[in-house]
Amino acid sequence: MRVLYFAWVKEKAGIASEEIEPPKGVATVAELIVWLKSRGPEYANAFERVEVIRAAIDQNHVRHDAPIAGAREIAFFPPVTGG
Amino acid sequence: MIRVQQEDFDIGAEIARLKAGRTDIGAIVTFTGTVRDQGGAVAEMTLEHYPAMTEAELARAEADANARWPLQASLVVHRYGALKPGDNIVLVATASEHRDAAFDAARFLMDYLKTRAPFWKREAGPGGSRWVEAEARDSDAASRWRLKTRAAE
Repeated sequence: MRVLYFAWVKEKAGIASEEIEPPKGVATVAELIVWLKSRGPEYANAFERVEVIRAAIDQNHVRHDAPIAGAREIAFFPPVTGG
Repeated sequence: MIRVQQEDFDIGAEIARLKAGRTDIGAIVTFTGTVRDQGGAVAEMTLEHYPAMTEAELARAEADANARWPLQASLVVHRYGALKPGDNIVLVATASEHRDAAFDAARFLMDYLKTRAPFWKREAGPGGSRWVEAEARDSDAASRWRLKTRAAE
């Protein structure tokens, strides 16, 4: 699946997007975050304040307990500040 | 109609286009959001967004507004990229037979996009640059419409 990062999540992770293959057993957004954090200090830093991280699956806002099965694109970003 | 663009927009031209050939519209409300310099603290604002989702989210906002109020036309134009104080950021226009629906729908669209449309502002000025933090009052405003600021909560 493709993972996208935006705003300060992108800056801290040091990457805008990547293809990932999380191990089996990573079933939810929250579990995916835990796995991403284990991939390096920049990810751990990007997801340090996990409670403020927002997520979207295939361009729809989702909660952290949402399942990721079948997702083509998962995005992580801070609370939005448009308008 | 939804547009996400880098270029500026002309409010007069947008309204003229919205009502061109229409004789059934009795009220048009517009809201324009612009960049503030915050007393000299902000020299530039950069708006980042998530293109595919921005379009989807603004289309959902507009569909929701049209389901709630009898609108004859609606328009959301949101800019991205590098902006300066005084520049336009966003335009919302709603048209209906009577003013109440147009006023309410315009406010709804702004409250919706403030909490759900994937844009992020970064401000730069003499003191450096920083990402703008989301404000609690925006989710309070959105809650008035029973909009969830995070899906399915």
